[in-house]
Amino acid sequence: MSFLAQAPRALEYALIAVFCLLVFASTTIALLARRYPHKNWLELKLRIRTWWWIVVVFVLAISVNRTVSLLVLSFVSFLAFKEYLTLVPTRREDHMPLFWAYLAIPVQYFWIWDGWYGMFIIFIPVYIFLFLPMRMVLIGETRGFLHAASSLHWGLMTTVFSLSHMAYLLVLPTDATGSMKGNGPMLVLYLVALTQLNDVAQYLWGKALGKAKIIPKVSPNKTIAGFVGGAATTTLLGWLLGPVLTPMSPLYAATAGLLIGVTGFIGDVVMSGLKRDLGVKDTGDLLPGHGGILDRLDSLTYTAPLFFHYLRYLYY
Amino acid sequence: MTDTPHPEASPTTTRWWQTLLRLLFVAGVAYPVTLLWLGLTVRHRERLPLRGPAIIVANHNSHLDILTLYSLFPLSRVLNVRPAAAADYFLTNRWLAWFASHVVGIIPVIRGSASKSVHPLAGCHDALAAGHILILFPEGTRGEPEQLSELKSGLWYLARRYPDIPIVPVFMYGLGRAMAKGQHVPVPFFVDVHVDRPIDWHEDKTHFKTELQARFHALRRKAAGHGNQGDTHHAPS
Repeated sequence: MSFLAQAPRALEYALIAVFCLLVFASTTIALLARRYPHKNWLELKLRIRTWWWIVVVFVLAISVNRTVSLLVLSFVSFLAFKEYLTLVPTRREDHMPLFWAYLAIPVQYFWIWDGWYGMFIIFIPVYIFLFLPMRMVLIGETRGFLHAASSLHWGLMTTVFSLSHMAYLLVLPTDATGSMKGNGPMLVLYLVALTQLNDVAQYLWGKALGKAKIIPKVSPNKTIAGFVGGAATTTLLGWLLGPVLTPMSPLYAATAGLLIGVTGFIGDVVMSGLKRDLGVKDTGDLLPGHGGILDRLDSLTYTAPLFFHYLRYLYY
Repeated sequence: MTDTPHPEASPTTTRWWQTLLRLLFVAGVAYPVTLLWLGLTVRHRERLPLRGPAIIVANHNSHLDILTLYSLFPLSRVLNVRPAAAADYFLTNRWLAWFASHVVGIIPVIRGSASKSVHPLAGCHDALAAGHILILFPEGTRGEPEQLSELKSGLWYLARRYPDIPIVPVFMYGLGRAMAKGQHVPVPFFVDVHVDRPIDWHEDKTHFKTELQARFHALRRKAAGHGNQGDTHHAPS
């Protein structure tokens, strides 16, 4: 019996399951819209249609080869960082520092392609963190310096450094545990599917049972029931999918599900905090029905690095 | 077709290699820079005239403005689109003049007093007579990033001669951040492009200019309300 033959098959089944889920969602909306034609279903329909696009791009991205995957994921970081910079105020003097900040994206993904973990993990938090303020000081404008330097670095840390952990899952050595289970694409699928399903589950539980607000000043629609129900659902899903897609034992997989459920919520509300501060509802309009790309990636900015280090500490 | 021939960039005498260069420029530079590097959100694209003669009036903050307006059009239509640009800026240096006329495809406009031997807007008249879509920047100059300058009168004189041609205001928000006057590297930002309803020519010049200015200001408020924070400028200049 060969794990090599089995491992991709698990990926195929998982991807088929994702498509079935989408078909189910589309059908449900279509039926509901027929049953209750007076309600406005446009937003939900747009949202599901965009989900189809996201899933198609995502599947192509993880299933061709490592180089293609990294190119697509670095482009996702680029879009997210661009959306962030469009949203936050910047100083006109910082034109060139902003350009250098963008250049950090291909370099960061090159370290991943190269599998150079040491450089991947310090490049943005150390070298870019030290370089950009120096470059900004050379321009000589000190007014608004701290604000400009910190918001630039916060953007790079969330949209590039944090998200790039998802990409590093692709280059983890597949035979570290002697098991061929848990190749890169399957780990990415596990992380992304759980994070996104967690968002959906929290929304649905909140709609069904939610009463008491959990953090009303930041996100008035989030409820305790949504958070608890969502995290529990994600824990269950993590336990179910872990042994199929990852090298994790059932206990560790359930814990990973809980980790993703809780920290996904935190990523979501942290981005809500930013939006509320800037006085916007959505971060952009790249994804019809969702808002901007950061509205979709907000939870991943927390779950990607935290799941990555959890898994790496335990198994690699 | 046209009453007076003009030495530079007469829109009616296009050679095959000029066509090729312009298509390569739009497909190889304008589209990638504005659609991938920057990223456009276009509101009311359906209001954009795809057939000439028509006049598009846009706010002007950056050299990227022309690239952005080009990429609103499909490749099959783009040869029909001609931006008017300042002769004293683009035709001073021989290389720039060649590039601007043959690759970008600008129509040179002579800024300043109109008492010259050649009518300053002659090229624009020719373009409209030939059925082109003419792009005008009525502010005349790029000015301060993301600020609107006083509108010039050239458009009013042009429209007086062709009162039936639609004049469509287009407002672009964010290009002054991406690459303002004096900056040479485009830095990626998402850009909002808002196509407005056509505006009618009015025989009172001040009235016409005031109305157009009001349209631009309304579009600017709409775009600014959409989350794009703009940049702050501290240097005393």
